[in-house]
Amino acid sequence: MSGIATFLTRRRGGASWHFTDVLAWIWLVAGLLLMFGPVIWLGLSSFKTRAALSEFPPTLLPYETAMVHVEGFDEPLPLYRVMMEDGEEHLLVQVRRIGTVAQMADPEAPEEIIRVPLTARQPVREIKLATENYSTPFKRYNFLRYFYNSVFVTVVATIITLIFNSMAAFALSKYQFKGRTAVLAIILATLMVPLSVIIIPLFSVINGLNLFNSLWGVILPTVATPTGVFLLRQYMLTIPDELLEAARMDHASEWKIYWRIVLPLAMPAVAVLAIFSVMWRWNDFLWPLIVLSDQELYTLQVGLNSFQGELNVQWHYVLAMTVVSMLPVVVIFAFLQRFITSGIASTGIK
Amino acid sequence: MTVETRQGIGGGHFAGLLLAPVRWAMNLIDRPMSFVQRRFGLGGVAAAFLAPNMLVFGIFVLFPMTLNVAYSFTGGGALFLNNRVFVGTLQYETLLACRDFLDAASCREDRFWRAVGNTGFFVVVQVTALVLVSLATALVLNREMRARGFWRAVFFFPVLLSPVVVALIWKWILQRNGLLNAALLELGFEPVLWLVNRGWAMFWAIFLSIWAHLGFYTLILLAGLQAIPRDLYEAAEMDGAPRWRVLTRITLPLLWPNMVVVILLALIRAVQVFDEVFVLTGGGPGTATLFLVQYIYETGLAQQVRNLGLASAASILMAVVLIVLTLIQLLASAWRERKEQR
Repeated sequence: MSGIATFLTRRRGGASWHFTDVLAWIWLVAGLLLMFGPVIWLGLSSFKTRAALSEFPPTLLPYETAMVHVEGFDEPLPLYRVMMEDGEEHLLVQVRRIGTVAQMADPEAPEEIIRVPLTARQPVREIKLATENYSTPFKRYNFLRYFYNSVFVTVVATIITLIFNSMAAFALSKYQFKGRTAVLAIILATLMVPLSVIIIPLFSVINGLNLFNSLWGVILPTVATPTGVFLLRQYMLTIPDELLEAARMDHASEWKIYWRIVLPLAMPAVAVLAIFSVMWRWNDFLWPLIVLSDQELYTLQVGLNSFQGELNVQWHYVLAMTVVSMLPVVVIFAFLQRFITSGIASTGIK
Repeated sequence: MTVETRQGIGGGHFAGLLLAPVRWAMNLIDRPMSFVQRRFGLGGVAAAFLAPNMLVFGIFVLFPMTLNVAYSFTGGGALFLNNRVFVGTLQYETLLACRDFLDAASCREDRFWRAVGNTGFFVVVQVTALVLVSLATALVLNREMRARGFWRAVFFFPVLLSPVVVALIWKWILQRNGLLNAALLELGFEPVLWLVNRGWAMFWAIFLSIWAHLGFYTLILLAGLQAIPRDLYEAAEMDGAPRWRVLTRITLPLLWPNMVVVILLALIRAVQVFDEVFVLTGGGPGTATLFLVQYIYETGLAQQVRNLGLASAASILMAVVLIVLTLIQLLASAWRERKEQR
């Protein structure tokens, strides 16, 4: 035992444990529980049936009462472990329930009905994943539509953002022209006024342009991101002007210089902006909530919110759809963690 | 050219096919751009490159910004400005009509003052707690340890989750028959209706927004910690300085520029709190977690009778606060960069 203890507490360089080491480990383990725990709980819960979800206290894993097909009955019947009066335990199926008494039968001999008080029986439970939580919302409700709308908004807005922002960044980094500082100042100024304080006039602008209740009304106000322009401009400033001069010597047009030379060289910054843009647009909530009034046009976030806000919350569907709506982000994070974290650390944008 | 042919023959065949329409579109734009270049010179080209972004910017950001000011001086129920009645500073007077500024019930627009009070409380408590928790996490993650990338990811990943997802994850845990109440019962406590109790609702609103955002601020602070020169710590160790002294004399002073940026960013975001809390509590119970953005949204857009003027006036007041905070933040960022270059 003491050997294991010394092995576990041995540290690199032979240094001894300081109380701050203990504190640090407590912090990390508490963090692990508090940050991961809720998400894992969501994942486990999303595979429980509606009946299993309403159990209190809840079980960790998705259990369900075992069902057995019995001759003479069309539907499968629930299986119970019953303590008989003679003190013996039997496996019986429940045929019918009347008040506090269950009519039960032996699966082998279903003709004979045995009356059992409810307190004398325990359901036989087995682990079962309620995958219908995932399939039904797509089939019976509008979630496939919401999913499609979210993908459309995210992809289109990101493409337009990348093109418009990179063009503007190119102009602001590679040309000397009158009013350049003014343009930069204007873009900088709008950093101060986030969308949440201009929703009222923006709503009337959108209505004036007939974009209310349209996905384009969600997309267009978000594409000219000042952060994107700044991020790309800072990067393009590091691309040497000599490259552009050489291309001009070869009679390349300015447009060709932009998309054949500068844009490919700025790819690292473009990639960072693309990742951020996808996450911003996928997660947007307030603005789509304002612009979209037709259920058919809801994005996943707005649809999920309206679904969970209904009087009789169908948690088994809400939880499954929550998992679905966070999947793309989790996948992006799993593959591009390094890009994202270094992008944030170096630019301070989110 | 050589690159293109190689792609066409080799494994890049599929990618080449995929890029063909892009290439075609880019060549199509080349013609008008070349015309602009011949006709107006490089200045014209610069303008053409800026045009799409600035057009969208003008229509959907700059124009609404100025429009907002105009709306705040008008009244009535019409949506478009030309049909609205000029009322002078009436909307501002309505918002500010209070007999006692410390008692929301004495105000004409009591919901606004409750939102202001709630937001103020939220900003102070959430930012303080958020910065302290982020700092502690960054200090822990900055230690020498195995699998640091994993631990960083543990604290960071909620940053990427959508506010709706964050709110639903916790709503499920906090509901009456949720995990937390089950745990309380197991430990012998009474279950609590977390989101029905005013105080607890505010507590969870603050907790949730810290849970969701702490990874972001931790990352910025961690970058700052890692930029502190190693030899300073080595020198301190040679002198046999105790750890807390190293922390208060080396780490914290050198981290301070990053701390300022983090505090200001957290302030700016906290003033705009809406999404997660709206999905979690809907502003309730009553007005216990009603914040400014929700007040603006509901007053201007979500009620039966839209009061655009009042909502605009409220958003102008909020914008003033944000502009001041952002100006300070930009100055602080510039200050940090200058310090780092030295």
